[in-house]
Amino acid sequence: MSENLLEATGVQKHFPITKGLFRRQVGSVRAVDGIDLDVRSGETLGLVGESGCGKSTLGRLFTRILEPTAGKIVFEGQDITHKSVTQMRPLRRDVQMIFQDPYSSLNPRHTVGSIIAAPLQIQNIPTPQGLKKAVQELLELVGLNPEHYNRYPHEFSGGQRQRIGIARALALRPKLIIADEPVSALDVSIQAQVVNLLEDLQNEFDLTYVFIAHDLSVVRHISDRVAVMYLGKVVEIADRDDLYKNPRHPYTVALMSAVPVPDPVRRDRAQRERVLLTGDVPSPINPPSGCRFRTRCWKAQDICATEEPPLVTRLEDPQSHLTACHFPVVSDEVVAGRRPQPASA
Amino acid sequence: MSLGPEASITEETTPTADAAEVRSPGESAIAGRSLKQIAWRRLKKDKVAIGGACVVLFLILIAILAPVLTKLFGHPIDEWHPDQVDPTFATPVHPWGGITSDFIFGVEPTTGRDIFSRIVYGAQTSLTVAFLSAFLSTILGVLFGTAAGFLGGWVDSMISRVMDFLLAFPQLLFSIALVSVLPQEFLGLGSRWSRVSVLVLVIGFFGWPYIGRIVRGQTLSLREREFVEAARSLGARSPRILFRELLPNLAAPILVYTTLIIPTNILTEAALSFLGVGIPPPNPSWGGMLSDAVTFYSIDPMFMIIPGGMIFITVLAFNLFGDGLRDALDPKAR
Repeated sequence: MSENLLEATGVQKHFPITKGLFRRQVGSVRAVDGIDLDVRSGETLGLVGESGCGKSTLGRLFTRILEPTAGKIVFEGQDITHKSVTQMRPLRRDVQMIFQDPYSSLNPRHTVGSIIAAPLQIQNIPTPQGLKKAVQELLELVGLNPEHYNRYPHEFSGGQRQRIGIARALALRPKLIIADEPVSALDVSIQAQVVNLLEDLQNEFDLTYVFIAHDLSVVRHISDRVAVMYLGKVVEIADRDDLYKNPRHPYTVALMSAVPVPDPVRRDRAQRERVLLTGDVPSPINPPSGCRFRTRCWKAQDICATEEPPLVTRLEDPQSHLTACHFPVVSDEVVAGRRPQPASA
Repeated sequence: MSLGPEASITEETTPTADAAEVRSPGESAIAGRSLKQIAWRRLKKDKVAIGGACVVLFLILIAILAPVLTKLFGHPIDEWHPDQVDPTFATPVHPWGGITSDFIFGVEPTTGRDIFSRIVYGAQTSLTVAFLSAFLSTILGVLFGTAAGFLGGWVDSMISRVMDFLLAFPQLLFSIALVSVLPQEFLGLGSRWSRVSVLVLVIGFFGWPYIGRIVRGQTLSLREREFVEAARSLGARSPRILFRELLPNLAAPILVYTTLIIPTNILTEAALSFLGVGIPPPNPSWGGMLSDAVTFYSIDPMFMIIPGGMIFITVLAFNLFGDGLRDALDPKAR
């Protein structure tokens, strides 16, 4: 739990916006804009945030499907920030990815067998028991019928397809798996099965997960630590229980209050009111100055517009953890029951 | 016309997943049903498409067997029969364009040449030009379309501009100009096949942007699919992504648009022959026959109806088959 498997320092990914015949760059989408994040060996790091905040881009930077614009990514002591495709190839065995959409992540023209065998073939992994047997073992591992290796993806349900995607990711016995919203496209009942499967596999193979999601309850269930992202930045990182009990960043507070309470009795007892955020997420092409959340924050003051809050632990608050906010929410603060007064941008 | 050897697998041999759970492990693996097999099944149910395919096959057979058919049922294509033609009006002596048991499609006015033989040999010309030029268009279209879609950037911009240019180019005028400056015969092919190869090159070359655009668009959308990203994250090289991940998914639209470009090519060839830059006389072609019939259509309409009808039937059959193929391969894109 101590050593870092992956370390990201100041990682940025800016997508250029080009215009005209000569593809002149007129601006850039700052999808990931300076992130410091460590993934510890053996843990599950949850990554939450609303759509478009750069979670998936960050996941793709970790697997180096994308190349960072700036910053540094170190995997097991090796700097992988600017490694070429060829240099990355041997490292792909250790970092794998599970994709969000089980309908587009499997090639409809390939059988399940050839989909799961692909990593073994591409990486030239010897299979003493034979390729077919190896594939069948993987199918069994993720709870699918090994006889189905000749079938095509369209013959499976969403949950089964996601299991195929997991089997493909496991084929190389990786150390780190980036799961990019692996359950958000599934029914709730199937979600639980897949999440449990991921947990079982983690125990069996000593895996480290980066679990990207926007469903806070799923993240709470599976994660050891949780990082909250907003507009390309990490605004808060803490151990799971710490974060869910004592959210410090106003954005985290707002996110937490949006989680529905399924029990009407508890809902009434809690007497809480949702912290409603007004407005949309600002454009990542031209993010707000200073704190990026200030345009929607009810605690925003002048300093928020001028100075970007660092991601630090505040010593005066005993229950504090890494939070990027000038005015973190304190435990006894009455947030519930009051409508936020959005500051004018 | 079979899309695969597995296509004959019946329903009974592919039980559902639920049925498979009950079976004891260790039994032979269950064969899945590929999209190809599903498409073949769907196509077999489409009566109209199958009808079109039968007509197409029949026409191909006629074209191949042209020498045999003329020997059995007709007369040599350039043999004059003055006895079949009225000496004063130049029209066939027998009613309905001179149809008799000896001349089953009638005879040409003035010369009395056997229309049946000329239709059969015309089919040879039309289908050869149409198929070969469609083949050429497909090869060029797939090559440039995938290059544009897969590589993107300036390659894409350049290929797309070339495609726009070719689509806007006055193809017919260019063909007329080109055919008139080229020699009648080259490479020792004889006047007929020399002209056929010129037509194939011209029609094939101007046809590729249609397929190229479709392939480019499909490649662009496929390239962003997660399975391509998955292959990348496994360390797959570009050739593998192109040939193993993308091309199998492009096969269906390529097949469909190749089938649909064939009738267009038949019409283009007929138009060029009609304008006099097609197959040089006395070799027959449907378009050339129509052009000859223009002078006689008021007094001998059968001379125009027969080649016109052949063009109509052929184009219709190819279109029906192509549409059926599209429905079978991609039921979503109607």
